[in-house]
Amino acid sequence: MMLNIYEFYDKMERNNIMLSFKGDITSELLTSVLQIMESKLDTLQEEPKIKKKVYNVLVECLQNLYHHLDEVSQDQNEKIRSAIFMIGKIDNSYNIITGNYIKNSNIEGLKKRLDDINVLTKEELKEYYKLVLNNGEMSLKGGGGLGMIDIARKTGQKLNFDFSPVDENYSFFSLNIKISQ
Amino acid sequence: MEKISIEGTPKTPTITFDTAKGFLEIKGRSIPENSIEFYKPLVDWLEKYSGKPQSTTSVNIQLEYFNTSSSKCILDVFKKLEAINKGGSAVTINWYYEEDDEDMLEAGEDYQAIINVPFKMVQVSE
Repeated sequence: MMLNIYEFYDKMERNNIMLSFKGDITSELLTSVLQIMESKLDTLQEEPKIKKKVYNVLVECLQNLYHHLDEVSQDQNEKIRSAIFMIGKIDNSYNIITGNYIKNSNIEGLKKRLDDINVLTKEELKEYYKLVLNNGEMSLKGGGGLGMIDIARKTGQKLNFDFSPVDENYSFFSLNIKISQ
Repeated sequence: MEKISIEGTPKTPTITFDTAKGFLEIKGRSIPENSIEFYKPLVDWLEKYSGKPQSTTSVNIQLEYFNTSSSKCILDVFKKLEAINKGGSAVTINWYYEEDDEDMLEAGEDYQAIINVPFKMVQVSE
C-alpha cells in the first residue's frame, strides 16, 4: 500500500497542526515535546498569560497519556501502548487533541467522570478541585484524578471527548481540548 | 541541622531549606511525571525539622508551572507546615505569582482555603 504523504501533510496544514506524534509516550519524549512547544510559543510571541495556560494544559493532557499507557502496559502489546497527540492553532485558539486505546470495561467509568465534570460551573469546578485535592486518594504515580478537573478549569470549556469502537476488548478514546484567547 | 538543597531541572524545582534560619524556598517548575518520588526527601526533612523548629519559619513558593501530580505533594508539604505552625513555630507561606497569572493566584488561594497557616500572596512583574 502506498502511503500518500501529501494527503497527510495537506490535512495537517489545513488544520494548522504545529506538532504531532504517534507512538509510545515516554518521559524523555514529553520533556522534548514540552521544550519544542515552549520555544514555538515564544516564537509566536504569545502573551505570557496564554503561553502559560497552553503549556499547563498541555502538560496535563500529555501526562494523562503517559500515566494511562503505564496502566495498560501489562498488555505488552505495542499497538495498544501506542498513542497519538496533535497540537494546532486555528483562529487564535489552541487545540490539543489526544487519542489512546482504552479497555472497553473502563469506558463507563471514564465517561461518567468526564460527564460529571462537564456539568459543573466555574465555581463548582473550583470547589470540586479543592475537594479532590484535599480528600482524593493519590494514585501511586501521583495522578489522583485532578488532571481533567484542572483542564476544564483552566480552559473554561467543556471536555470534548469520544470513544471509537475498535474490537471486543478495546476502543479508541479521543479528547479534544480548546484553549481560546 | 543544616542547609539542604536540590538543584532544579526542566521538570523539577530548586529547593533550598535552611533549617538554621527557618527558611524554605521552592522555586522554578514542578511538572515531573512522578512527583511523590521527587517530594519525598522534602517531606522527610520537614518531619525532622518539626521536632526542633526555629521560632519563625518562612516559606517562599515561587513556581512558574506546576502539574496536578505536584499539587497533591505541595499540599502534603503544606500539611507538614501546618503541623509545624501548630507546634510553636510561626509559619508564613509567601505564594508568588506573576502579574496576569490568574491561574497561579487562584492555585494559591485554593491552598489558602485548605491550610490553616498565614498566606501572603506576592505579585511579581513578569
